[in-house]
Amino acid sequence: MRYVDEYRDAEKARALAAKIAALCEPGRHYKFMEVCGGHTHTIYKHGLEDYLPESISLVHGPGCPVCVIPMGRVDDAIALAEQPNVIMTSFGDMMRVPGGRGSFFDSSAAGTDIRMVYSPLDSLKIARQNPDKHVIFMAIGFETTAPSTAMTVLRAAAEGIENFSIFCNHVTIIPAIKAILESPDLRLDGFIGPGHVSTVIGCRPYEFIASEYGKPLVTAGFEPLDILQSVYMLLEQLAQGRCEVENQYSRVVPWDGNTVALRAVGEVMELRPYFEWRGLGFISHSALKVRERYAAFDSERHFELPGVRVADPKACQCGEVLKGVLKPWECKVFGTACTPETPIGTCMVSSEGACAAYYNFGRFSRQRVREATEVHQIGVHQRQADAHQIGASQA
Amino acid sequence: MTQHHDTTEQHQADWAEAAVAEHDSGHDPEHPGMYATPGTELRSREQLVLERIERARRARPRVREKLITLAHGAGGKATQSLIEAIFLDAFRNPLLEPLEDAATVTSGTARLAFTTDSYVVSPLFFPGGNIGDLAVNGTVNDLAVSGARPDHLSAGFILEEGFPVEDLRRIVASMAAAAAAAEVSIVTGDTKVVQRGKGDGCYVNTAGVGLLTSDLTLGVATARPGDVVIVSGPVGDHGITIMLARGELDIDADLVSDTAPVHGLVRGLLDAVGPDVRAMRDATRGGVATILNEVAKAAGVAVVVDEEAVPVRAEVRGACELLGIDPLYVACEGRIVVVVDAGAADAAVAALQAHPLGAGAAVVGRVAEDPPGLVLLKTGFGGTRIIDLLVGDPLPRIC
Repeated sequence: MRYVDEYRDAEKARALAAKIAALCEPGRHYKFMEVCGGHTHTIYKHGLEDYLPESISLVHGPGCPVCVIPMGRVDDAIALAEQPNVIMTSFGDMMRVPGGRGSFFDSSAAGTDIRMVYSPLDSLKIARQNPDKHVIFMAIGFETTAPSTAMTVLRAAAEGIENFSIFCNHVTIIPAIKAILESPDLRLDGFIGPGHVSTVIGCRPYEFIASEYGKPLVTAGFEPLDILQSVYMLLEQLAQGRCEVENQYSRVVPWDGNTVALRAVGEVMELRPYFEWRGLGFISHSALKVRERYAAFDSERHFELPGVRVADPKACQCGEVLKGVLKPWECKVFGTACTPETPIGTCMVSSEGACAAYYNFGRFSRQRVREATEVHQIGVHQRQADAHQIGASQA
Repeated sequence: MTQHHDTTEQHQADWAEAAVAEHDSGHDPEHPGMYATPGTELRSREQLVLERIERARRARPRVREKLITLAHGAGGKATQSLIEAIFLDAFRNPLLEPLEDAATVTSGTARLAFTTDSYVVSPLFFPGGNIGDLAVNGTVNDLAVSGARPDHLSAGFILEEGFPVEDLRRIVASMAAAAAAAEVSIVTGDTKVVQRGKGDGCYVNTAGVGLLTSDLTLGVATARPGDVVIVSGPVGDHGITIMLARGELDIDADLVSDTAPVHGLVRGLLDAVGPDVRAMRDATRGGVATILNEVAKAAGVAVVVDEEAVPVRAEVRGACELLGIDPLYVACEGRIVVVVDAGAADAAVAALQAHPLGAGAAVVGRVAEDPPGLVLLKTGFGGTRIIDLLVGDPLPRIC
């Protein structure tokens, strides 16, 4: 498959892995944070850590959109869904995120009308099809998804649609990275920068990370070779004594971002004075709300919101995991009280969440997994040639 | 960071505190290292945690939810918990307990395979078939992979007031054609009509019996280290076809459902290498990954899959990439997964390939001893990962 296979080439990965190993200073341990949950998912899905020497640890960051949603906002959203004549719409990821009294799935089972959509424009379509209902879009995500929400509001305004609003939970990545940089219990050697967010905001906003905090950052793509290459680029900076923001994902990310998208977000939304993040607490200027001039499309103004605040469960260590202070398995409830089927923490919900990724893909002694897969390689590879021929003739 | 208290309601997540307390009370004094303290050597701490998780996973399944959610029907962990904690718990008997695709019952000297399945697919009509084809083929396939010769089927219909008779005619005509193709007869049935809004057009249930003519003992529990895992063709066609047919994604692909009766394919395989076949399953809801997990769990073995060897059509792979799902979890309706003795692997693949439905058959992996109960994937990229049971199916009402 074009644009995919060339970034998953095992041969190239082996070559890159050798270069990475050669750049590692003997005796030194390196800790890099991949900020974005999409990267976490790629790392586990492809088993990328098998290519890294033991002296490099990847620390999973806070950039998973559903992971940072506090329980109170879920309860508020369910309260909105319980209003008469409301259809709540949401990305599928959000359906299982736990609130203080359950998730969207539980609320739906109890009788509310909550529907999964793939895009906010689908929500708008539902609004057009159901003029006697009020349709709410549960808007979540970083700068990656904020533009599509903003464009949807602009479209709704242009079409004069009156039965549509958004419950805005959009957050911004820079304050979260700052919170991590200022966290006293974490020592990082550099960042793998969030590629999707950067398609919108560009690379310039990260410059302070290098200049003020002395940490290199490489904005990376989402295929496994992208991530390996960005690890290599970080190591190269460290080896050469450089500390810069570099763009590995230049095939998609413009240095100055997407000005059209940023303008749309700026038109519809503005910064909130503060916003609560799951596990991280309240962070100033870290989230977006709908501007006064689009108040008609703001669920928070349309309805009386309970404004629920739910204390994180005492045993839950999502905050430490989100900041990269704890590895997922170091959390007390990991894999026992908190599992993907009954998640307590949000990191266990999304496939981009560090805990879910580790539980689903990485949970097990890497050595035993490696032994088991290598023993049987030869037999399978012999037959693979035939399988490929068959596959090719059918494709 | 500052604290703000401008909210009107504050409370605790009681359910979460209860879940934590429940697991705390299960603290095992024989494993004092369960909550390893920081400072212990890192690798051994991780190992302790992993052991703790394995114990939690082996615990008896429970249904904690007060209401049925869509997850209970998704074929993943929630479905498994529901079946084991509610149905198996109430109906428990030796015939049901193996939880195979069909039960083996005896009548006089005859051994019969007996199975049932309900169909709620949406949309009712899709490229490559409709709910009628699925309902006949699905039950025929459950019988066939149990090693039986499918014989007689029942058909039950739940129709919604207002459902077009013309649509019902089309569905029934497809069922008749599918039954003829599978050499079975539909010999009994039932019809119910519910008020408008209480159903979704048409639901179909079929049950079937088939004669077990050989003495083969098939079952996922019989897999042993060294065995080979084969799939009979490209995976995921049905699930992705349904997904695209719903029209929510605005993706077009030249793809049709793979719904088909596999009785002929199975017969060819059993004729060639019958005594060497350990287990066969049709890879429906939950896909190939779910079946391999059943093998690993039931037989206490590891299953090692080579991602590159798994046949997947380019269209399916592309759609899966866009949707962020793994083709190994996507439903098929005419593909089987076979576990055979390694010595018979080549003959098994050849027998499958000799049938039109098995032209794309391929060895995709092997059974290993360790680590027991897990399915491992050697990724195309060259790494390794676990393939667990799916949590939260992205594709509801696929069959």
